[in-house]
Amino acid sequence: MPSRIFEVEECGGEPVVTARREDLENAHSIIFPGVGSFAIGMKNIRERGLDEILRRQVLERGIPFLGICLGLQLMAAKGWEGGETAGLGWIGGEVKRFDQDGPGVRIPHVGWNEVRHSLNHPLLEGVPSGKDFYFGHSYTVRCRNDGDVVARTPYCGEFVSVLGRDNYFGVQFHPEKSQKVGFRVLKNFLAL
Amino acid sequence: MLKVRIMPTLLHKDVGLVKGVGFDNWRRVGSAMQAVKVYNMREVDELVFLDISATRDGRSPDFELVDEIADECFMPLTVGGGVRTVEDMRRLLKVGADKVAVNTAAFLSPGLVREGARLFGSQCIVACIDFKKTGLGHEVFIHAGTRALGKDPVAAARELASEGAGEILLTSIDRDGTMTGYEVELTRRVSEAVSIPVIASGGAGNYEHMLQVLTEGKASAVAAASLFHFTHQTPLEAKRYLNDHGVSVRL
Repeated sequence: MPSRIFEVEECGGEPVVTARREDLENAHSIIFPGVGSFAIGMKNIRERGLDEILRRQVLERGIPFLGICLGLQLMAAKGWEGGETAGLGWIGGEVKRFDQDGPGVRIPHVGWNEVRHSLNHPLLEGVPSGKDFYFGHSYTVRCRNDGDVVARTPYCGEFVSVLGRDNYFGVQFHPEKSQKVGFRVLKNFLAL
Repeated sequence: MLKVRIMPTLLHKDVGLVKGVGFDNWRRVGSAMQAVKVYNMREVDELVFLDISATRDGRSPDFELVDEIADECFMPLTVGGGVRTVEDMRRLLKVGADKVAVNTAAFLSPGLVREGARLFGSQCIVACIDFKKTGLGHEVFIHAGTRALGKDPVAAARELASEGAGEILLTSIDRDGTMTGYEVELTRRVSEAVSIPVIASGGAGNYEHMLQVLTEGKASAVAAASLFHFTHQTPLEAKRYLNDHGVSVRL
C-alpha cells in the first residue's frame, strides 16, 4: 500500500500507515487506500485477519471509514477482478469491469472527470457538484441500493464515484491527488 | 466527461533535470524538487518523471529521490527509468508513485507488464514506446533511444495493451525537443489500434500542436517538456486554448 501520509497530514490528520491489528483497534478513523486487484486485496486482508477487525471497528463501533479507489470497491459484497471474490460485504452490489460501449471509449478510465452529487452529503460539503477529480481504474461498483449512492460520474454511461452509508464511505477517485477539491473531501472526512 | 490531460515531463539525468533534442544534446534545466513545487502551485493535471540514466547505468530507480519528490507532489505522478522487475514497481508505488512507466524492460522482460498489471492493476502500468523514422518506416527504440528493436510501434502498442498496460506514452525521438509539433499520423494509428489511453509526447512547441494531436491524432493526453521549460507557455494557458477550441479540459 502506498503511503498517503503527507496528504492526510496536510489536511490536519495524524495518520499512522499500518496493517497491524493493534493500530486499527486504536484508530479514531480509518482511511483505506488500495492498489491492485480485488482478489489480491481481499486475500491480503483475510490472511492478516483484518476483515474481522474492520467489521468490528466500522460496523459495530461505528468509527468513520473512508475507502479510496480499490478501498471503495472492497466494501462491496462481491468483485470480479482476478476471479469471483467475496468482498467485505458492507454495501450491497458487485464490482465489475466497465462495459466498453463504443469505439472512442478507453479503459482504464484515467484522468480528471466530474463528480455529480446524487444527494447532499457531509463528505462533499463545500465541493460544488460537477467538480473534476482524478480517477484511475477499470472496475466500478454497481450498488444494489440507490440510497448508498452519494455521487456519480459520467463514463461508459455513468458509474458510482462516491458511496456512503452511516459512518462508512468510499470514493472511486483519488482525493489525495485531486488537489483543492480532493483535500476538501479529506478534510470533511477527518472532521466527522 | 473525461478531460484531456496536459502532462509536463521531467527528465532526470545523473544529478538534475535535463532537456535534450532527439534524445541527445542535454541541457540542464534545474532540480526536480523545484519543478515539482512549481507544478504543484500551478495544479497541473499530472506529472511524468523519467530517470533517463538509470537503464544506461544499469541501476534500479532512485527510490529515495522518488520518495522525496512524491512527498511534495500533490498531483498524480508517473515514474519511470530503470524499472526491471515487479519488485521495482512495488517499491516505486510504495514510495508514492501513482503509476510506473516501463520502456526497455517492457520489451526485454517477457511477462513484466502482464505481472505488473495483475498485481497492481492496469491503471498503474504505463508502457513507454519511443520511436524513430528509419529505413523500416517507424521503429521502436529502447535503452533511452539508443538501441533499435526492429519493431513497428503500432504492433508494439497492440501487444503491450493486450499484456495489460493501462496507458501508452508514445514518444517521437525525431520530434523530441524540436518543438516542431507531435508526430500526429503515427499517434493516430496507435490510438486507433488500442483501446487504452495514449499520451502523445515529443515535439510540442505551441498549443496548436497539442490541439492537433488531440483531435487528429486522437490522443487522450499530451506530454510536453521544452514548451514549459524554455518558453513562457504554461499548462493552464494550454488548457484555456484547448477549451476555446472545443476540447474538454479541467479548468
